[in-house]
Amino acid sequence: MPQILVQDLAKTYRVAEREPGLLGAARGLVRRRTRTVEALRDVSFSLERGELLGFIGPNGAGKSTTIKILSGILRPDSGRVEVGGLVPYADRIAHVSRIGVVFGQRTQLWWDLPVIDGFDLLRDIYRVDPVRYARTRDELVSLLRLSTLLDQPVRQLSLGQRMRAEIAAALLHEPDVLFLDEPTIGLDAPSKLAVREFVKRLNRERGVTVLLTTHDMHDIEALAERVIVIGHGQVLADSPFEQLRNDVLRERRLFIDFADDAPHIDLPGVEVRARGGRSLELAFDPSIVPAPRLIAAITADYAVDDVHVEQPAIEEVIARFYDLHGAAEA
Amino acid sequence: MSAILLLARYFSASVRGQMQYPGSAITLGIAQFFATIIDILAAWALFDRFGPVQGWTFGDIALFFGMVSVSFAIADFLSRGFDVFGTEFVRTGNFDRVLLRPRSAALQLIGHEFRLSRIGRLAQGIVVIALSTAALSLEWPPEHVVLAAWTIAGGVALFMGLMVLQATLAFWTVESLEVMNLLTYGGVQAAQFPLSIYAGWFRNFLIFVVPIGCVAYFPVLVLLGKSDPLGAPAWLLPLTPAAGFVFFGAALLAWRFGVAKYTSTGS
Amino acid sequence: MTIARPYAAAFAARFMLLLQYRAAALAGFATQCWWGGIKVMVYAAFYAAAPAAASTSLSLSQTITYTWVAQALFALVPWTGDPEIGQAVRTGAVGYDRLRPVDTYGWWYARAAAWMTAKVVPRAALMLAFAGVLLPLIGLETWSWRPPPDVAQASLFAVSAVLLVALSSAWVMLLNLAAVRFLDERGVNALTASLIIVFSGNLLPLPLFPNWMQTFLFVQPFAGMLDIPVRIYSGDLVGERALAGLALQAGWTGFFILVGRIWMERLMGRLQMQGG
Repeated sequence: MPQILVQDLAKTYRVAEREPGLLGAARGLVRRRTRTVEALRDVSFSLERGELLGFIGPNGAGKSTTIKILSGILRPDSGRVEVGGLVPYADRIAHVSRIGVVFGQRTQLWWDLPVIDGFDLLRDIYRVDPVRYARTRDELVSLLRLSTLLDQPVRQLSLGQRMRAEIAAALLHEPDVLFLDEPTIGLDAPSKLAVREFVKRLNRERGVTVLLTTHDMHDIEALAERVIVIGHGQVLADSPFEQLRNDVLRERRLFIDFADDAPHIDLPGVEVRARGGRSLELAFDPSIVPAPRLIAAITADYAVDDVHVEQPAIEEVIARFYDLHGAAEA
Repeated sequence: MSAILLLARYFSASVRGQMQYPGSAITLGIAQFFATIIDILAAWALFDRFGPVQGWTFGDIALFFGMVSVSFAIADFLSRGFDVFGTEFVRTGNFDRVLLRPRSAALQLIGHEFRLSRIGRLAQGIVVIALSTAALSLEWPPEHVVLAAWTIAGGVALFMGLMVLQATLAFWTVESLEVMNLLTYGGVQAAQFPLSIYAGWFRNFLIFVVPIGCVAYFPVLVLLGKSDPLGAPAWLLPLTPAAGFVFFGAALLAWRFGVAKYTSTGS
Repeated sequence: MTIARPYAAAFAARFMLLLQYRAAALAGFATQCWWGGIKVMVYAAFYAAAPAAASTSLSLSQTITYTWVAQALFALVPWTGDPEIGQAVRTGAVGYDRLRPVDTYGWWYARAAAWMTAKVVPRAALMLAFAGVLLPLIGLETWSWRPPPDVAQASLFAVSAVLLVALSSAWVMLLNLAAVRFLDERGVNALTASLIIVFSGNLLPLPLFPNWMQTFLFVQPFAGMLDIPVRIYSGDLVGERALAGLALQAGWTGFFILVGRIWMERLMGRLQMQGG
């Protein structure tokens, strides 16, 4: 029995249209035009307990709609959704007491209150047993290095500090499932690493099921073995990330520094991408010519100083994927 | 029970937040005192120039106004969350966070903020009731004190019902509307004068649709020792504050409908 | 004309933003009708109780017109400073306004004028339609908003209305500067709002206050924010007294602008020194 089950989810919105200009604004006072947006057409997937899923897609693809339905704050038009055996929007209070949700750049904590006061208030809201709460809180404070921040009002924290406090806040009631919506957006590099590290440990050591939506592909690289790509309200891919990469952009790059001037290379499955005085950047398909054979072929004929191989950047892979499926942002 | 405890904690958190700017809280409280007492100033000026109207004097008006002010001050204190619901919760999407917590949304909204400055209106109401007592040499036997408390409770329920309705409207219009201000602030203003002054249809509106008359006029007649010039039976007068509670119940039903709409169409 | 362009642009942008919320516009209108209606009913009861006392000041129909016009022009009375400026002060973004190659006082003044005018135009139009046209049509002429007695008064009123906007904008500027100075401006706004409600005639037409207060009430600055224009409109202030009213409006406007500019120089100088 999967912990999270989503079947044939569909959702359509009606959006009010505003006409531009002064005349349009005046007309808007009298009559409103709406258009329908099909946010989700037919989405299905399931997660087992303890999985860590990366949820990606261009803006407007349906990611946040899916997350809202899974968290119980939005009702789908049709389809089946269950989390831990509960239907989120039907059993709202029971459901939300078992999940944690973190929105990037927004905080659920009280702006003017010290962090610790906010935590205590959440304890009362979630009706957590005080003894368990104290233990959970202390653990989270230590793991996320919050002890020096506890007495500060939330408004005085930096974004990185706030995000760490935010993650702690979402876990005080020990949820089985954690939804992370763009958790690293706007964070500096050390904070991003800290967040990724923590989430990975949380998933691996505590078995918390994690569903992560993000535009930062390095989050995906660091955390998610499995990735779902959403576009136009449909699931475009649901596979381990490496498989996605191989399916979409198999090519590799070979960078060569020659001892003399860079020669002309003409080999099957190999394309010259860039040429410098003594260097070449080649793109090649490893299924046609594996990297070792290509390197051997070149070094056999020419004197080579240095060589290295790269996979294309993740962003390129994903961008190419969106392109292939016509899913790029309108 | 845990709801009361949670509200107590919300209250303490809100007060602590406001105590970080103590000067501001005091200034706002004083400002509200003056803002609300000027209405009685207008009444005083009118009685000074024109004398008694239809048998009513300044002291009578002061009691009507003071009582309804106290009711509204308490309701206002408890319903800030509903008042700013459109701008602070619907437009910003923060209502999502409310729904993500395992408590009723209404409870969380009551706990949202307890503005200490509302004491300004409460103080004004008490001062004006004192003015009325002095002007009319009113006596306050225990049954009148109980009736006054019951009247105020009904008033609190009515005004909170109006705030809940205002918040419910925000689900459709997003921005908080002035319509409800019309009924709350306008209602307080309308209640300043006895219903007999108003035209018939308006009087009926204030009795049967938004029953401000039931929490401000009829019971206060008993406190003034007067009978209703329009002929409402004397035994009915002390019971009318119940209408406030009925109104509040209806408002909560509308609220639940609004929440259902929000969860089906998103933000 | 090119000099005015940035200010005109600020005006237009603000205006458009405020036209967008149709539900709020209608709701505000309903509020005004209610408040006006209640006041009118109360005044009518008082006038009926003591007709003799009434003869020393406004007639009932003038008082009723006064009430409706007061509701229509509600948005022109400066309750608060520009909330965006208060916000800009709190976040520190006010520095950006200083970087623009325009006179900050003028810039903010134009915004204030636009903000108030945009709020008032639709409301005033609706209020006029309701109280000035609809009420007489359905036979409630006695409760209605009467037109000015003649063209002369109407013209003087037009001038007075412009001065009203100028005066209110100048006051809003002072409130904006209070926001810059005190960071949390809500207290200041709230205290002065009560003052303005009473002394502009919004609470009760000034002529209905006791007779011994009348001279003071006429010369104080806030009379120009409502009382003077409305009384010119309804023909209560004619000839020399009307001109005196206009002069008072203009004089107080000039005074507030002067004070505002001096204060702004002082405040902005301090802002720049703190830098960062």
